[in-house]
Amino acid sequence: MNARFHSGGLLPLGFVIILALGILLPLLMMVTISLNPDEQDILISMGTMRSFIPEVFSAQNYIDVWTDPSRPFLRYLVNTLVITLSTLLISIVINSMAAFVLAQGTLPIRKPVLLLIIATIAVPAESLVLPQLIMAGWAGIIDSYQVQVLPGIANAMSIFLFYQFFSRMPKELIEAAQIDGFSFFQIYRYIAMPLSRPVISAIAILQFLEVWNAYLWPVMVTRGPEYRPLTVAMGAFFGTNQRIPWGDVMAFAVSMAVPVILFFLIMQRQFIASVMSAGVKG
Amino acid sequence: MSIKSRSRWEELAMLAPALLVLVAIIFVPFALSIWFSFTDQRLVPRPIPTRLVGTTNYERLFTDRLFWQAIGNTLLFAVLVVPFQLAISLGVALALNAAIPFRSFFRAVSILPLLLPMTVVVAIWSMLYRIPTGPLNMLYQGLTGSESYIDFIGGSSTAMISLVVLSAWASFPYQMLIYLAGLQEISPDLHEAAKLDGASRWQRFRYVTWPGLRNVNIFLLILTTIQALKLFTQVNVMTKGGPNGATTTIIFYLFQQGYTTQKVGYASAIAVVFFVAVTAIALLQRVMLRNEGEGR
Repeated sequence: MNARFHSGGLLPLGFVIILALGILLPLLMMVTISLNPDEQDILISMGTMRSFIPEVFSAQNYIDVWTDPSRPFLRYLVNTLVITLSTLLISIVINSMAAFVLAQGTLPIRKPVLLLIIATIAVPAESLVLPQLIMAGWAGIIDSYQVQVLPGIANAMSIFLFYQFFSRMPKELIEAAQIDGFSFFQIYRYIAMPLSRPVISAIAILQFLEVWNAYLWPVMVTRGPEYRPLTVAMGAFFGTNQRIPWGDVMAFAVSMAVPVILFFLIMQRQFIASVMSAGVKG
Repeated sequence: MSIKSRSRWEELAMLAPALLVLVAIIFVPFALSIWFSFTDQRLVPRPIPTRLVGTTNYERLFTDRLFWQAIGNTLLFAVLVVPFQLAISLGVALALNAAIPFRSFFRAVSILPLLLPMTVVVAIWSMLYRIPTGPLNMLYQGLTGSESYIDFIGGSSTAMISLVVLSAWASFPYQMLIYLAGLQEISPDLHEAAKLDGASRWQRFRYVTWPGLRNVNIFLLILTTIQALKLFTQVNVMTKGGPNGATTTIIFYLFQQGYTTQKVGYASAIAVVFFVAVTAIALLQRVMLRNEGEGR
């Protein structure tokens, strides 16, 4: 046996092959069924090899799903994009600003504020949705983008990760900038932020998954397609006692999954690094 | 104004946005939650004003059979999914950490489920679990030669297991990546030394890898348990809490009580109990693991 098999062995390889099949076969089935326009045939083929290997390549389900006025896919996609991108943008700015003050500022309340923020990391967001819903009602922002963006923009975990990064910045760097006449904000804006690209991408990637996949809160605060995100629209296919149009559901699922998978393939290295770093530090 | 005080104002202005939002989305709702739990607050305002009802909501919780069933279901889910999911995550991480061919391909594939929104995962698995002729039932009939089928989603004994398998499939990659990071922290020299001493693969895992993963294990055990206790999306989309409440979880019950039937006061009592339980479990786990570590 060669060296590779000594250090790796057949056991790990066999294991990942089984795992890869367990992941790829269901995804293959999703794609195959999305390409079959005949609902009757889908039901007949289900469970046979034909549900894994496409025989017909029809875009009919995709056309149906994208143009269905009662379930406007493109509208949901725009909603999800607007919500995700604005959450990420605002979140990165306000959390990094706060973290920079906590790490490098002079305010005497920094320590207690930091402890308070860290304590909220453990608070399960799900336990707060009802009072949040009532407050959103008071503010008159139910069924809007704002109400879906707001809960994501101040994030204790992001503040904590930024804090860790900023507190490792050399003091000399900051003092030198002060001598050059930089204000505290300017040091943050022109020195700290440009240095923190890796942290920003790590935090953005983690939060992207969270916001893109949000479900409980959007279910509660959206009333119709105008502001509803993709996840809620997908869930609505599975209402009570209705026949599920599998071809359409799978075309919807593929259309919804592809942007994220593409994004991941482009950002793979950063993605893996960001999850790993959050785990080790958290 | 002196430079120092100017800088202080600047700092306050930079800290304020995040702090104000945190107060608005966490601290105020938290306080309201406790307040509502002692009232008969409804979701939509009624002509009759909200009244204080003392501890009535909590007393009702104690005798609410559905609430206890929800607690039982949630704990059962956690007890099943946590070891199952962590074992898969660790197994995959160990395999990907070994010298296998096409490693980056297998790593990319194993991350895919994490990228799918939970509602998409539920759609895929609803198809796999379909009766009477879904792929899993075909597999079952092929393996056992039986003519009958398993009602994965609608059967009261199988619904929970089906949720466990689906959930582990959907979210194991996150823990897997963290295990992978943990494995890479363990010095290869330790493995080399153990190998020279003639340690078997199992012995190297037991005496080098496993102790090296101690902190990662504690972290993941807490993270995965808390994740499991929050189970909601899969239930709301796939089983609707059924059959006969067999998959009604705490958050699903909270959602039903507070949102569907609009009894915010009662649901707030559930939320407070849930909050206390999650915090307690996180603390308990930490303490238990610490003691165990010291006992060695």
